Amino acid sequence: MTSQVSSPAGQADSAEPRGDSPPGAAPLVKEIRRLDRVIIRFAGDSGDGMQLTGDRFTSETASFGNDLSTLPNFPAEIRAPAGTLPGVSSFQLHFADHDILTPGDAPNVLVAMNPAALKANLGDVPRGGEIIVNTDEFAKRAMAKVGYDSSPLEDGTLDGYNVHPVPLTTLTIEALKEFGLSRKEAERSKNMFALGLLSWMYHRPTDSTEAFLRKKFAKKPDIAEANVTAFRAGWNFGETTEDFAVSYEVAPATSAFPAGTYRNISGNLALAYGLIAAGRQADLPLYLGSYPITPASDILHELSKHKNFGVRTFQAEDEIAGIGAALGAAFGGSLAVTTTSGPGVALKSETIGLAVSLELPLLIVDIQRGGPSTGLPTKTEQADLLQAMYGRNGEAPVPVVAPRTPADCFDAALDAARIALTYRTPVFLLSDGYLANGSEPWRIPEMDELPDLRVQFAASPNHELADGTEVFWPYKRDPQTLARPWAVPGTPGLEHRIGGIEKQDGTGNISYDPANHDFMVRTRQAKIDGIAVPDLAVDDPTGDAKLLVLGWGSTYGPITAAVRRVRAAGGTVAQAHLRHLNPFPGNLGEVLGRYEKVVVPEMNLGQLATLLRAKYLKDIRSYTQVSGMPFKAEQLADVLKEAIND
Amino acid sequence: MTETLPGIEALKLVPKAEAVQSMKDFKSDQEVRWCPGCGDYAILAAVQGFMPQLGLAKENIVFVSGIGCSSRFPYYMNTYGMHSIHGRAPAIATGLASSRRDLSVWVVTGDGDALSIGGNHLIHALRRNVNLKILLFNNRIYGLTKGQYSPTSEVGKITKSTPMGSLDAPFNPVSLAIGAEASFVARTVDSDRKHLTEVLRQAAEHPGTALVEIYQNCNIFNDGAFEVLKDKQQAQEAVIRLEHGRPIRFGTDDAKGVVRDPATGDLKVVDVTAENEAQILVHDAHATSPTTAFALSRLADPTTLHHTPIGVFRSVDRPVYDTLMADQLEAAVEQQGKGDLAALLAGNDTWTVVG
Repeated sequence: MTSQVSSPAGQADSAEPRGDSPPGAAPLVKEIRRLDRVIIRFAGDSGDGMQLTGDRFTSETASFGNDLSTLPNFPAEIRAPAGTLPGVSSFQLHFADHDILTPGDAPNVLVAMNPAALKANLGDVPRGGEIIVNTDEFAKRAMAKVGYDSSPLEDGTLDGYNVHPVPLTTLTIEALKEFGLSRKEAERSKNMFALGLLSWMYHRPTDSTEAFLRKKFAKKPDIAEANVTAFRAGWNFGETTEDFAVSYEVAPATSAFPAGTYRNISGNLALAYGLIAAGRQADLPLYLGSYPITPASDILHELSKHKNFGVRTFQAEDEIAGIGAALGAAFGGSLAVTTTSGPGVALKSETIGLAVSLELPLLIVDIQRGGPSTGLPTKTEQADLLQAMYGRNGEAPVPVVAPRTPADCFDAALDAARIALTYRTPVFLLSDGYLANGSEPWRIPEMDELPDLRVQFAASPNHELADGTEVFWPYKRDPQTLARPWAVPGTPGLEHRIGGIEKQDGTGNISYDPANHDFMVRTRQAKIDGIAVPDLAVDDPTGDAKLLVLGWGSTYGPITAAVRRVRAAGGTVAQAHLRHLNPFPGNLGEVLGRYEKVVVPEMNLGQLATLLRAKYLKDIRSYTQVSGMPFKAEQLADVLKEAIND
Repeated sequence: MTETLPGIEALKLVPKAEAVQSMKDFKSDQEVRWCPGCGDYAILAAVQGFMPQLGLAKENIVFVSGIGCSSRFPYYMNTYGMHSIHGRAPAIATGLASSRRDLSVWVVTGDGDALSIGGNHLIHALRRNVNLKILLFNNRIYGLTKGQYSPTSEVGKITKSTPMGSLDAPFNPVSLAIGAEASFVARTVDSDRKHLTEVLRQAAEHPGTALVEIYQNCNIFNDGAFEVLKDKQQAQEAVIRLEHGRPIRFGTDDAKGVVRDPATGDLKVVDVTAENEAQILVHDAHATSPTTAFALSRLADPTTLHHTPIGVFRSVDRPVYDTLMADQLEAAVEQQGKGDLAALLAGNDTWTVVG
């Protein structure tokens, strides 16, 4: 089938005739093939703008209506040495006409901006895959830098691949020659040329990218127009050059989505929006105390932009002050949040313990990254679970909530806020680098779908002494939730003192009484154990599975994709995924007992498995990976098949 | 017209008490558990006695402390209070003060709490100029952990942890605070109730962070540390009372004074004579430059405490963090309109799926 593809210029102004082909070039009618899904990986130097290119392609894809999932992958260094393997930055995007769950295992298309990008990524591209390579960067020295003795473009390295050699740099400079830019300035737009080419290949809508470029460079209109020109030149190059004989269509995933209005969203953005929404739904001002740390800083940046929602953001002198200020704001009646990653949690531990003792609502957002210590700042891991559970002195239980997909970070933030506010407790929200930076379509909720999180501050005395005097007891609990009253400064008659020293039940006065301490420790534990969390839902379509695969957090996508593969191949497997890690759902023990075999894949060395074995005495099969990268669906499918046949 | 004075400005958002208050109103029902004879008792009494002068609704007053003997202070004040963790009170109080401008927030801390484990939070609170009043009880020793040397102990201090004498040079809290861009720095002494109360008043009226160092006697582990400043005879020569706008003179019959050494620009103590009387430095607590205040803080001999200035070293107007934070929130509403969550969630690029 063929259909007319309009160029970006044509889309920008439909009244304009399509006259932007190079003079003398005959209009080509090219073949168009329809695909159900595509995985593209953009790879280049960390300064090449690959993340921006990927983001733009993702936006175009989202607005076209495909389902999608992304995996940005970049070094911790801001500008790693140019042209080296450690300096390679990539962005993988999987998009489809049906619902998909992961950024894909292996790219169908690799865009390699230099020899390092080719070398670092070639191993992931299956034979027959398409490789678009920027031939301008394949000079002898650049190739030698990454260990290519001869040119991989000529020595047979790329045999079996469908290679498109494109002099991207030269073409970009040529396209921009009228702008009077320096060579270096013009070169910078080569990522937009590549984006234009790929946008042509996959029939992406282009208006939003042009609008984006004009807004991004609003203060430098010349640069804006140069980028738009490079982008259009890339598109036109695809349309006119004979090397690209085929373009592809991936239809919108209309039937994959329930009705509604959608947008694309990353995990950190969804989480930030979830926090703003929680403040609104609780009718409390949102207060963020934070210290910059990868990969959590984007939440601080995002919340800082929304002061018109009454959001206060405080960039503290260190991690400890970040949570300290948040706790102070919680005492004053704010919905208080601190955002960080694993090393920051280590520093905040003492204050989290204080929050447990003070019994004030506080959200601790941990965007997990590879550890220990500084570890892998830009890579993902799930190895902070036990730190969140137990990383404090004394018996200091803290609820733990984990989102499962980027968009789910929104709901998880609201859920964590619900628990914190209802039970007057610090709550851990455990996201990770994969969710934080990855993105997917999100059905935008209607305002009336959001939960009511309003709280009642204490307003009057809550206890009568033997002599009839009415007094306020800060540790007299709600018999249902065991939550203590939240009496904020400024409330007359309820003046009280709280602190980290053990308190007498009820009065909150300092108490070193042994029996009281035993009672208070058990009561704080009972409060957390009694938090209402929904039962664990199990997907067991045939009802006779012997094997259960149980995950938590960001492994949801790869596990679900693996389960689909196993089922498609005739295997029988049940699947469940935990959002609440503390307390566990009430039916978890019963669910585990129902299955002969339970596989728990985790991006750590088996932390959930350890908790499950300890609590339920179930022989869990732990499958782990700590490479800094998410699981691949194929890999997990093999694990499940093996477990079924075992 | 007193409303326009900077002092009143600092408290204008804090609701006033409806009735006349007395010292009794600020005493909590908790038994005070400091060692008998501790200087903290005198400070507590002075603070409880001073609070009614402010005339603020006591439910809008909050005391936040860290860990140490002095940090038990909030339990004894019938206001809102938090006894937090070691060194972190300025950070916690910053969150409270910056989110609740209708509160009068006080931090009570000690030389170990504020200058050792919490040094970072102290200097950052001072440079930010958050609306906090920090009372630093300096007894030059660790009391609660039973007698180790502190970051203000004199070099060579013999303690349980330094049987051969401590090796590290002490901090001068006033110098440190001035170096950390503090807008208000004062020093007073636990036993001088009148002076202490006057300094507290000026601190309370100061918009922004006020640091008040209070020399406090630990009669168990460092008894008599400030005796030279308290003994009437010795104090004549040892204490320099700073008063804004007055020549800096002290000693019997004000026989001594502070002058600037024209050769070095530094300050020095001289015997006042008819010839040099005109050169005696007039104290200017409101000077924009902190140079002279810093030089005054260096006059005291850290070992003998001779020539120790007390009073307000520095009190200058500087933008207050919590006010600026609130202004940004207001400006954001003016510029972008009040936040519309539905519009925020929708963003700019959406598509619709029809069921």
